[in-house]
Amino acid sequence: MAENTKKKVKSIKVDVDKCNGCRACEVICSAFHAAPKYSSNNPARSRIRVIREPLRDIYVPVYAGEYAKAECMGRDKYVIDGKEYEECAFCRASCPSRDLFKEPDSGLPLKCDMCEGEEEPLCVKWCLVDALSYEEREEEGEEEPKPEEVEVGLESLVDKYGLDKVMDSINRLNQSKKG
Amino acid sequence: MRYAETGYNLEIDLSRGNIERVETDPRDTELYLGGLGTNAKILWDRVPPEVEPFSPDNLLIFSAGLLCGTPATGCNRTIVTTISPQTQLMAFSMMGGFFAPELKYAGYDKIILRGKSPNLVYIWINNDKVEIRDASHLKGKGAVETAEIIQRELKEPKAQVAAIGLAGENRVYFASIEQGRSSASRGGIGAVMGDKGVKAIVVRGTKDINVARPMEYLELCNDVMKYIQFRNANPVPGVMPILAGLGSPQEMKVHDEKWHTENFMWGNSRVRRKDFWNEEIAQAWAETLDSMRRRLISCYNCPMTCGATIAPPGKPTYMMKCFSKLTYTMAAFADLEFGLGIAQSATEYGVDGFSAPQVMAFALELLENGILTDDDFPGMPADNEGRFYWLLDHIVRREGIGDVLANGTYWAAKHIGKGAEAYAHNNIKKIEQLPLKLSMLNPIYFLMYATGEKINITQIEGQFPQGPFVTMEEREAFVKDWFQVPDEKYKQIFLDWEPRGEKSMPFYPTVQMCCDIVDWQEKMHYIDDALGMCAGLSSFPLKPPYHIHNYPKFISAGAGIEMDEEKLTQAVKRYRTLVRANNIRRGMRRKDEKPPEDHWKKRFPELEKELLDTYYRFKGWNNEGIPTKESLEELGLDYVYQEFEKRGVYAEAGESPATETAADKEKGV
Repeated sequence: MAENTKKKVKSIKVDVDKCNGCRACEVICSAFHAAPKYSSNNPARSRIRVIREPLRDIYVPVYAGEYAKAECMGRDKYVIDGKEYEECAFCRASCPSRDLFKEPDSGLPLKCDMCEGEEEPLCVKWCLVDALSYEEREEEGEEEPKPEEVEVGLESLVDKYGLDKVMDSINRLNQSKKG
Repeated sequence: MRYAETGYNLEIDLSRGNIERVETDPRDTELYLGGLGTNAKILWDRVPPEVEPFSPDNLLIFSAGLLCGTPATGCNRTIVTTISPQTQLMAFSMMGGFFAPELKYAGYDKIILRGKSPNLVYIWINNDKVEIRDASHLKGKGAVETAEIIQRELKEPKAQVAAIGLAGENRVYFASIEQGRSSASRGGIGAVMGDKGVKAIVVRGTKDINVARPMEYLELCNDVMKYIQFRNANPVPGVMPILAGLGSPQEMKVHDEKWHTENFMWGNSRVRRKDFWNEEIAQAWAETLDSMRRRLISCYNCPMTCGATIAPPGKPTYMMKCFSKLTYTMAAFADLEFGLGIAQSATEYGVDGFSAPQVMAFALELLENGILTDDDFPGMPADNEGRFYWLLDHIVRREGIGDVLANGTYWAAKHIGKGAEAYAHNNIKKIEQLPLKLSMLNPIYFLMYATGEKINITQIEGQFPQGPFVTMEEREAFVKDWFQVPDEKYKQIFLDWEPRGEKSMPFYPTVQMCCDIVDWQEKMHYIDDALGMCAGLSSFPLKPPYHIHNYPKFISAGAGIEMDEEKLTQAVKRYRTLVRANNIRRGMRRKDEKPPEDHWKKRFPELEKELLDTYYRFKGWNNEGIPTKESLEELGLDYVYQEFEKRGVYAEAGESPATETAADKEKGV
């Protein structure tokens, strides 16, 4: 049985109402991640981008999340307080559907690392209008799924295919993983 | 490798449709920095005084400042330079917004337009790919509207667009170039863009900008950020609210407009309304602003929120620039609701927010005084607000009397005659000024008004308080942490400055002190304009985060050009002199260097003469305001001296027929 563990959750709170659209976050992010550090900057390389449409009062700082190999089958579009946000506006993926969060030269995906080694992400530090703020909290986490949950799943497979077939499959899987 | 700058300019010949990417000489950066400095050099080299504003040989230069695109907070200015149709002199209006950094990321420091396109076009710069595209479908469209259409048709929401409206297309002498939440408005540079057949310039860039010494540079940036936070938390006591903090006047934040509405003039810069502001108006205006203002916004990489998106009822949302908030309201004797509404139309048409309202008020004054008649205004509504909308429409379309007014008050008055000149009373070097009329001559301001070649007081004032503080305690408190001064002597001048008595204006600060103060204030603006720094974080407010002591470090660590205060001062003096040289070559002389006659009630002709004589000498200019052989040689501007000699500039004593004839020809007078 796995023990419950504590894990540190780092999050950046984005208050879109406070964003002034200045893109200082993009400037410092791309500078911090330049090699050597701070030697250049280029918002196109930034791991935070501000989606902004000033005339429709839309300001959404978005962070680069996971790389997605394929586009979603469907897209989402949000309307909040009567303002329609562009497709996938709140999505963090570096994905084939858009040019966000990719190195402009190589196309390799970018991902926010919360500025490893700094006391807080630099985008937060550089956001003097407080649209971005940093929070850290401890959370009860589970390292592994509980064994009961595996059993529940296996039982339903046994119900469907019979115990022998399931055992065969498990043996085969076992072999191929080892082999 | 080039640092901070890209080292390339984009040369576009619109007549032939030719586009070239041209490497620049790093030695020029060292001598003239960038932005305004190198613009002045290009104009000197390539635009001789025979070239008229609307000639294909006139250049229109869009330049990013030297440090634009680096992480330096607030460094986002585009300096647009050309020959102005209004003044016939060098115009170098600037805009903030997002254009200059994007241009840098696309790989260029400047776009240099020459020639004229036969058809209306726009220019699409996407990193290395540059196209001249048809813009016939954009003809007559508003500047903001144009930006939206182009971003849509290119599917490039991140592209930055600098566009002209109808005023620019129709070559209105005070047409602006609009971009993001900013515009380059003064001097009619939008008219030159329209004359060249360019509706918009669109830029998208995804390349790196490098700095020479990264850790050192970042440290400087962090210090500036810390100081901005300190200044935001500690406004300067004893001055009016808009001068207490940083940022270009925080107009869109401020509700209390007592100071502007009671100290600035209404109408055609004539009527002072000393008891205008009361509780009722304060409440009504606050409601108006709160109901229309959607958000406070900033330019690229700046926390100051000087601008706002404004949504007037029944009109599209637009982005307001600081003082346009009041200029229309006050010119029309109207309220804030009217001002914020008509500014939407003015932004789409693309006109200068200082000149346009005054031109309209001027026209109505001529009507009131019988110099123009009702026949000149067929179909104009009877109410004042309706009249302003009618006039604005006619000016930007150049219809009827609008065609005359579209040239600004100076040229319109000349054309109308019958004593109309007396009504074009608020100009310097033919450009409409802030509507201020005061009582006692201020010797510092006298020099700034007279000699400023940006021809706008806000573009030369800033570092030294506008008036003395009443008590010694206040003065001592002010100078205590005033580390921005180039020299300790400025503190003593301020400490000794009294509101009354022997050491008060106009005879104190002394003539020599005035020269020093003006020189310092002007120098900071010129540095900003070369580096691309917003005046709101530097030359305009008291005690700014950027100053003469940290600027050399920014240039050294950023651009990799070894710089100290002395070398920087010399560089600024060099290109400031080159700006003057351009204008001298175009006929500007001492007779042009004067504030409006009625700017102050109490004038002191002898003192004013002494001020100008001394300041000219101090600057290394002769009695006509022409840079002398010695001062030119000291700055390495021998080529200017040779040209002056060749053209006989030193020989003719103050006559400048070139300006008048060129302009008269242009207008077909």
